[in-house]
Parts: sequence; C-alpha cells; structure tokens
Amino acid sequence: MISDQAKKEIDFWVTKYPEGRQSSAVMQALTIVQNENNGSLTGELMQEVADHLQMPSISVQEVATFYENYNHKPVGKHIIRFCHNISCMLNGSDDLISYLEEKLQVKTGEISKDGLVSVKKVECLGACVGGPMCQIGDQYHEHLTPSKLDNILDNLK
Amino acid sequence: MNEVCFKNLDKENPASFATYESTGGYKVWRKILNGELTPEDILAELKTSGLRGRGGAGFPTGLKWSFMPRNQEGQKYVVCNSDEGEPGTCHDRDILRYNPHAVIEGMAIAGFVMNATVGYNYIRGEFMEPYYRFEEALKDAYDAGLLGKSIQGSAVSFDLYTHLGAGAYICGEETALLESLEGKKGQPRFKPPFPANVGLFGKPTTINNTETFANVPDILSKGGKWFADLGVENSGGTKCFSVTGNVKNPANFEVPMGTPFSKLLELAGGLKEGRTLKAVIPGGSSTPLLSADTAMNMTMDYDSIANAGSMLGAGSVIIMDDTTCMVKTLTRLAHFYYDESCGQCTPCREGTGWLYRVLQRILDGNGKNEDLDLLVSVGEKISGNTICALGDAAATPVESFIRHFRHEFEYYIKHGRSIVESEHHLIEEEAIV
Repeated sequence: MISDQAKKEIDFWVTKYPEGRQSSAVMQALTIVQNENNGSLTGELMQEVADHLQMPSISVQEVATFYENYNHKPVGKHIIRFCHNISCMLNGSDDLISYLEEKLQVKTGEISKDGLVSVKKVECLGACVGGPMCQIGDQYHEHLTPSKLDNILDNLK
Repeated sequence: MNEVCFKNLDKENPASFATYESTGGYKVWRKILNGELTPEDILAELKTSGLRGRGGAGFPTGLKWSFMPRNQEGQKYVVCNSDEGEPGTCHDRDILRYNPHAVIEGMAIAGFVMNATVGYNYIRGEFMEPYYRFEEALKDAYDAGLLGKSIQGSAVSFDLYTHLGAGAYICGEETALLESLEGKKGQPRFKPPFPANVGLFGKPTTINNTETFANVPDILSKGGKWFADLGVENSGGTKCFSVTGNVKNPANFEVPMGTPFSKLLELAGGLKEGRTLKAVIPGGSSTPLLSADTAMNMTMDYDSIANAGSMLGAGSVIIMDDTTCMVKTLTRLAHFYYDESCGQCTPCREGTGWLYRVLQRILDGNGKNEDLDLLVSVGEKISGNTICALGDAAATPVESFIRHFRHEFEYYIKHGRSIVESEHHLIEEEAIV
C-alpha cells in the first residue's frame, strides 16, 4: 500500500505539470513508492501508482521497466552502485569491485547474507573526475581506495 | 581559467544567491523586468558571442532560439538538459552544484526571448546533491521575487520546475528527454517535426544544455564580443572540460576555447611517472579516438578537433596511457551502448549487442580472425540507420579504436591475451633481473 505521506509527495510533483498531464509525475512517483518499499517495486504498487495518476497500468509498467533505477526484485537495505565505465575503469574500478565482492562475499547483482547491502555495477554516474566512485543512497563517494571503502562499509547500518 | 560558468568556484559559498548577486548575477534579468532589453537585443548579442550548444552538437544558440515561433499563441516551453551521462563528462554536475543561479537566470532569459513562460530543468535521477542545490537556488530566486507570474509587476512571467530522471543515458537525447518529461519511456522521436514546433506536450519547445544556459547571463552583461574574444574564430567563449582517465589530477577546468590540448593535460597534472600518452578521446565516449601525436598538436575548439578527426562533443577528455588495453577499453564502451540502447530501432538494438558480444568473445580469448572486419561491418550497418545519434555513437569508438590499434586486437585474437599486459609483464621481469 502506498502511504498517505507518499501520496502527498506524489501530488506535490503533479503540481509541476499542466493540468491533465499528471502522468509526467510517474517517474518520481515510482521512485517515492520504491523508497517506501525497501527499495523495490511490486505489481501491486505499480497498479496503485497507475490508479493514483489515472494512467493505464501498462504505461506505468513500461516506465518502471525502462529506467535503470527501478528494482523489481528485493534489494539490500543499501545499494552500492559502482560505476565501471571508462574513466572509472582507467582508475581501477574493476579491482575495487572485486575487493568489494570478496569482502562482502557477494557477487554484483546479489544481496549480502545479512541483507544489509547489494552491489550493482552501473554505467557512468557523471562524476568521472572522482573515479573510481560509487553511489550509496543519495550520496556519491569518490576517489575510492580499499581503505576508504572499508570505512564506508563500517558505517553502513 | 574559470572565467564564466566556474567564476565563483573559489568563493566561500559559490552556489548562494548572495555570491551570485555580488558578481553581477540577475543584473540582466532585472533589466529585462524593467523593460530595458528586447528579445531582438538579446538574440543579436548571442549571435555576436558565437555561443554554441555545449551539450555536444555545437549548434549556434542564438540561431536555435530564433527558430521558436515566439508570436504564436499558446504555451511554449524552455527545457534544460541536465541529464549528464556521456562517459567522461561531469562538469554540468559542478555547474548545478556551484553556480545554479546562472542556469536559472539563463533559462529565465531564454523564456523571455522565446515567450515561454514555463521551464523545466531535467536533472538525472542520480544527481541528488545537484538537485538539492538547484532546488535551494530556485527557492531563493522565488523568494527574491525574480520568478513567477507577472514578476515585479512586469508583463514577464516565468515559472521554473525541476524534473528528476531515473537512470537512462538516452534521455540526454533531446526528444527522448521530452518523452521522459511526459512520463514515458525515453525513446527518441522522429524529426521533423522539430521541438521548436512540436515539443513538450506538443507545444513549441527549446532544449539547451546546462552549460549553455549558464553562459547566457554573462554574455549579456559583459557583451557578446567580450565572450567571443575569450575564444577563437568559430568557437566563442570558454568551455568546461572534464579531464579524466590516466592523469595525476583528474578535474574539471573551464578554459578559453582554443587552449592547446597539451596545456589542458598539464593542468590535470600530466601523466603518471614513467608513462607515455597512448590515445585521447576528446569529447566523450561517443567521439572518435585520436592518437597521441594528433592530440598533442590540436587545440581545444570545434575546428581544431574536427581537423584532427574527432569532435569537441561535451568537452570530456579521456586520457589513456601506455598501460591501457584497447581491447578491454573498447569492450567496456560497447557494453555501455548495448546497455543503453533504447531498443526502438533494430540496427541499434541488435547491432550494439553484436558489437558487445563479439568484443567480449575476443576478450575471453575466443576471437576469430574475421571478427575485426565483422565489428567494422556491424558498425557501418548501424551508422545512419537509426532515429537518433546513439547508434552512430556506438559505432564510432569501434571504428576508431580498431583503425588506430588494429595490431592490438589482432594480437589479442592470436594469443588470447592483451599485448599491453604482455609488454608490461616483460618490463617488470626485466626490472627484476
């Protein structure tokens, strides 16, 4: 179920677009709903978004499966989104991703046994001068090294 | 250095309203509100400035704005493309974080010129820090009475909103961005009609990149000629470059157009000790790779980079030194385009998969002799046969990497391993002896 608070947030986004164009808010609506549901979407939630925005459910599903940031399977409490594109690669992102997999005993795309983190390899996050870098929640972590990563992981709860 | 978009970078609170105003910010906008500037004045100044779209295509901004049917009745829109995602590019992120008011003022001015009373800034969904900074700036601009309807009792109205993406490189393509803004899959539209006639919600719309808008206020307050003179012929002004890859200090630099590439490399600290320059991608992963010699002799402006055989693109300079394996690097780029193809056009959807899979098979040691010709041929079949430029962008690195470093690919196919790793292994062994 989408909470009233989430509906309020979605309705705020709807006000940004012309009348009758509330479907423009669908991307943000899905983000809000996903955040509220431990980081992933379900068929039921997508249907609720469709109902709330008066959109055909197929249109919501199209959007929810087109964009990278929506998850359709459970994810860890924190998602470590690691850039592996060219600028980060040239600065050692592959080694760091292996380090992370080894340390957490988790492969990219999987969730750690304690459910705390999942690791994802992603395409360019637009922080190339800070590579190797990753995103956790809203935050970018740049110029990463194994010890910096250790520190970040230690602080994840 | 850092004369326009990054001019407040060394100030204490570069993004604040007070800092922006203290360096002449909103001066032009206030003039407009006082009725002291006409759209024609602004267009003339923009044309003099030589400002060209900073997102990659380099289309003259003044000309683009003049295409809008400003006297046509009905709603018109201004859209800012802050969906920065071209591999190697990250200067718009810094403009949003450190100079958001220049983007706001630039967009408002554009709205006035094109008679568009509503604007959207499309920010990629991962850019949460830039989004919060931009929202804060937007609130300050509203609180100062600089945005809204009939602003300060004038006949000018401009409302500005942010829209957040959700992870799709293709939304940097302007018509895909419009689809996305309408709450759909980001699949590019067929052109014509062009957005200036049928854009957002079917209304006339102009889309410019973040850096383009951020340049506009200073061009109008200091003059088009001042801006043009910062750069060189055909490339007016400054450009923000992201210098990344195998350099000591990867960073963003705003330098005058026409700055020698060698100078830019020096600004980024140069190469690491004992390394030599192997190749350079000058404008983001979608622009052709250049050899070290060619790059060292070019200057950073539209014409010089075009003469060198590539494009200025988004100003994303990716430096590769002698430790870089070209097979591995190209495979990574091919994976990117495969991943990001929107799936609409068959040549791109299928072709990017072929490019990636054939390269991966070479990387896995299972390459065949005919694979290189196959790769080039697949690239040729994608190029020019798709609705948008992503297809061409996927084929470009394949063609240019193989053209410059064919021997590396041949070595990899023959031996099942990288010539670079073999060479460096040998060097290390010699050092031990």
